[in-house]
Amino acid sequence: MALSEKTREAFLGPLNKNNPVVVQILGICSALAVTVQLKPALVMGIAVTIIVALSNVVISALRNTIPNRIRIIVQLVVVAALVTLVSGILKAFAYDVSVALSVYIGLIITNCILMGRLEAYAMSNGPLDSLLDGLGNGFGYMWVLVVVAFVRELLGSGTLMGFRIIPESWYVANGGFYENCGMMVMPAMALILVGCVIWAHRSLNKEEVK
Amino acid sequence: MFNKLYDISEKLRPHFEEGGKLHAFWSLYDGFATFLFTPNTTAKRIGVQVHDANDSKRTMIMVVLALVPAMLFGMYNVGYQHFLATGGDAGFWATFAFGLLAVLPYIIVSYLVGLGIEFTVAQWKHEEIAEGFLVTGFIIPLIVPINTPLWMVAVATAFAVIFAKEVFGGTGYNIFNVALITRAFLFFAYPTHMTGDKAFVRTEGTWGWDNGQALVDGFSGATPLGQVAVATDPSVQLVNTLGEPIGFWDAFCGLIPGSVGETSVIAILLGACLLLMTGVASWKTMTAVFAGGALTALLFNIGGVDTAAANMPWYMHLVTGGFCFGAVFMATDPVTSARTECGKWIYGLLIGCMAIVIRVLNPGYPEGMMLAILLGNCFAPLIDWCVVQSNINMRAKRATIK
Repeated sequence: MALSEKTREAFLGPLNKNNPVVVQILGICSALAVTVQLKPALVMGIAVTIIVALSNVVISALRNTIPNRIRIIVQLVVVAALVTLVSGILKAFAYDVSVALSVYIGLIITNCILMGRLEAYAMSNGPLDSLLDGLGNGFGYMWVLVVVAFVRELLGSGTLMGFRIIPESWYVANGGFYENCGMMVMPAMALILVGCVIWAHRSLNKEEVK
Repeated sequence: MFNKLYDISEKLRPHFEEGGKLHAFWSLYDGFATFLFTPNTTAKRIGVQVHDANDSKRTMIMVVLALVPAMLFGMYNVGYQHFLATGGDAGFWATFAFGLLAVLPYIIVSYLVGLGIEFTVAQWKHEEIAEGFLVTGFIIPLIVPINTPLWMVAVATAFAVIFAKEVFGGTGYNIFNVALITRAFLFFAYPTHMTGDKAFVRTEGTWGWDNGQALVDGFSGATPLGQVAVATDPSVQLVNTLGEPIGFWDAFCGLIPGSVGETSVIAILLGACLLLMTGVASWKTMTAVFAGGALTALLFNIGGVDTAAANMPWYMHLVTGGFCFGAVFMATDPVTSARTECGKWIYGLLIGCMAIVIRVLNPGYPEGMMLAILLGNCFAPLIDWCVVQSNINMRAKRATIK
């Protein structure tokens, strides 16, 4: 089955040219909050991807039966149900990550990317396109989070996914010369790093610059 | 001699111009040539232009000259504190030489990193090298503690030059004082090296000289403000490195622990005189900072909480820590401070007031000058906007023709 141009664009667009974080500047708050470590960032990215993809499909399937005046409430109910499910699964199978993410899993309900995709895409497109659009936006969100979290965990804690990358013997406390950069652990630095990602993205995609 | 130098400079010019072998280094050549000689070119005769013989390179050099007393004294003080802590007696010149050797790497690192980035960006954007870093690079060694590892200074300088200056458009466009961003980055990124008793006195040797000396009994490297911040007794007696009591004059002369350039009020006042006489810094901003600080400290003296910081006399607040240095060299930075005449008063008062408020009310930060000036930088455009708006409104009311 050959995918049409529109279907391909639904999936590939959000990965690069129409990225929710670096182009549309959506979902920044959670990007700042969960990127101190790589693992929570990855889990958060996966959770958002699953939720946005599934809720897109559900809303897209229901789109002709939802009365226009209460559509936001219906969308919220669907998203909230999915968030509760994901949150429960995380608590059951990845408790430490769930603790690290604390309220941010619950706050996916208010994530601008979700409501944006449901309103702008799922309400007017078929379920397959909506699924791909949801996956694309989820992955687009995830890669930015992973890039930011990679830098922050490596320079802020000297580890990646919890594994030590910078040897213990380098640290001043152990007679070495190195110190972790405390700025990296602060949300302010996440904002600067997101800025850097946007900077790099804009200079690679000159036509995006307005 | 200068004619000869000029000839050499002119002879080298073709190599660096478009098509020359060394064109990649044009910005480097141009930077040094105009640093030494006033360029021959003038603006075209279009419109009205105000011209001053004092171009920005000359202005920057004035500031560097004004910083020299603080730098020289700071070097001596580094050596003095070191030999005080190790119980050695080296004599005046050896003491100074020790300090010189200890401070020199910081100057070199700060200039190498900062100018390296400036030159790269200038070449990349086909712009002239902006001279702003001349001053910044000189201030950075003056405001970092003398035990900071050099690579941290390099990282912080690179961060500040890129994110506080180049992304805003280079010299003259930055919102925040670049040297202070360097210090703020160090302060938040590596807090263990920026605060505490070990940071401000060079206990280790330098370049292998006087390494591994045992410290004398009763040594404490705490700065006066550090002592005040940890004091539990509301009336604390400030002491020097050896635990001997110190007072106003010790802090005024500056043989106390602290960042390299900030300790001596005398050296800073010499610099202030030069800046005010040449008109480089605004006397309004400077006065307002001191007035704001003194008034706030006085208020805390009269009716504040009963803590050591609040009870510290107002004149002690002004001579300890980085207050003087900040007021004279940082708050008056023409790029980041308020530019309207009335705005300068508001801006200065805000900084002076906030510096003391942070010192007294925030137990986490013994010194508030850095954060106060950065906050002032942040509000300067708003202050200017309000002053201009109120002027417009005032004049509009005065106008008789509707």
